[in-house]
Amino acid sequence: MSLIYLDNAATSWPKPEATLEAMIRCQRTVGGSPGRSGHRLSIEAGRIVYGAREALARLFHVRDPLRIALTKNSTEALNIALLGLLQPGDHVVTTGMEHNSVMRPLRFLASQGVELTVAACSSRGELDPRDIRKALRPNTRAVVLTHASNVTGTILPVAEVAAIAREQEVLTCVDAAQTAGVLPIDVEGMGIDLLAFTGHKSLFGPQGTGGLYIRKGLDKRITPLMRGGTGSRSEHEEQPEFMPDKYESGTPNTIGLAGLAAGIDFVLEQGPETIRAREETLTQRFLDFLEGLGSDVTIYGPRGAGNRTSVVSFNLRGIAPSEAALFFDEEFGILCRPGLHCAPAAHRTIGTFPRGTLRFSFGFFNTETDVDRAAEAVYRLLRR
Amino acid sequence: MDANEPFSVVLVESVGHALQVEKWFKAAGIPCRLIPVPRHLSSDCGVCLRFGRDFQGRVQEILAGRLDYFEIARLSELD
Repeated sequence: MSLIYLDNAATSWPKPEATLEAMIRCQRTVGGSPGRSGHRLSIEAGRIVYGAREALARLFHVRDPLRIALTKNSTEALNIALLGLLQPGDHVVTTGMEHNSVMRPLRFLASQGVELTVAACSSRGELDPRDIRKALRPNTRAVVLTHASNVTGTILPVAEVAAIAREQEVLTCVDAAQTAGVLPIDVEGMGIDLLAFTGHKSLFGPQGTGGLYIRKGLDKRITPLMRGGTGSRSEHEEQPEFMPDKYESGTPNTIGLAGLAAGIDFVLEQGPETIRAREETLTQRFLDFLEGLGSDVTIYGPRGAGNRTSVVSFNLRGIAPSEAALFFDEEFGILCRPGLHCAPAAHRTIGTFPRGTLRFSFGFFNTETDVDRAAEAVYRLLRR
Repeated sequence: MDANEPFSVVLVESVGHALQVEKWFKAAGIPCRLIPVPRHLSSDCGVCLRFGRDFQGRVQEILAGRLDYFEIARLSELD
C-alpha cells in the first residue's frame, strides 16, 4: 500500500532532494564545529550556519542575518522570547487559538506573577484586532499570537494587531510555526518585534531546526534561557551580550542547518506564492468534497481555503477522531492527525474540547489524486 | 595577496560577524582571508580577517556604523 502523507502541519514530508543532499554533503565533507576553531573545516561549518541565517533573513526581510538566533524549533524560540522578556507584574495578551508552545510558557509565567489575558476568538478561530486593543493595560509588555492556527488553519491579522500594539509601545511576538515559508512574512513591514519559526514544516528543513528573530535593541531586554560555550569571548566566564551568541550556547545543529538552508532555497526557487497557490488548490478540493457530504460532517475553521493554511479540521458524525484516523491508516495508508493537536485552547474556542478533530494537512508534494483518495476514504468510512 | 605584503586584521565579536564582514569585503573587492586570531591580540572570536594594509581606509569606511564592535590591528610579518 502506498502512503498518502497528510500530516504536513506536524512536519512536512517528503523533503526536497536538495535538503537531503545538503545534509549528506555537510556531514561527509565539512563536519567541523562552527565558530570553535580557526581551521578550514570549522570555517566551512561556520559558513553553513551563516548561510542558513542569510536564507532566513532573505525570506523574512531581515536586514541583518545576525538578528536571527537559531534554535531547535519554534517552542524553544518562544520560550526564549517569553521567559526572557516577561517579569512578575508585567501583563501579556494572547489569543484563544494558541498552541501549547505559547500557552504553556504563558501559564507558567502566570503562576509566577505575570498577568495574562486570553483574547477570545470566534468559533471559526478568527481574531478581531479590536479585542486586542480592549485587552491592553498600562503594564502590558507584549502581545503573543500565532500567525495561523495549527488546528483550523485560520490566519490571524498579525499586521493589524502589531500596529495596535505599537501605538501603545507594546511588543508583538509571532508564532510562525504554521506559516513560515508559505505565507509572506516581512518582519519590518508587518511590525513584528519577535518572530519564532520552525524549520521542519513549510521551510522544508529537517526536524531540530528553527529560530527567533529579535528586533535590534530588544535583545538587551531578553535574558537568555541557557548559557554556555559560544566559541566567542572564550576568555570570559560570563555569557556574551551580543546577538546571536547570547542565545546560542553549545554546538549548533550544523547538519540540520545545512538542510534548512537548502529547504529555504527550494522555497525561494519555487516562490512562496506558488507553494501557497498549490496548497490552496488541494485544500479547496478537499473542502469542496467535505461540504458535499452535508450533515454527516462538521468542518471547522474559516469558509474556503483562501483564509486558512492547508489545514482542514473536521469531524464525522458518530465516529471518534482516533477511530477514523486508525481506519484511514490501516485501510488506505492515509496518515493524518486526530485529537487535540497540542492546542487545547484552540479546541475550546471552536467547541471541540476534549473530543478533538481529525486534521488533514496538505503539503506542496501532495497531488489531486491524494486528495481524491482521501475523499474516497472518508466516504467509505461513513458508509461502513 | 603577496605573502610579504604588510597586513592588518579586523577583530569582531564572533565567527558569524567575521563571515558577514568577509562578504562585505568581497563585494567591495578587498582581498581578505579568515585566519585564527594571533595569540598576542585580544579578541572576541576564534577567527579574524586578514587584509592588506593598503585597504585600511576602505575597510574603516565599510565597517563604521555597520557593526557594534570591531577593532583593526596591525599584523607584523612575524605573525
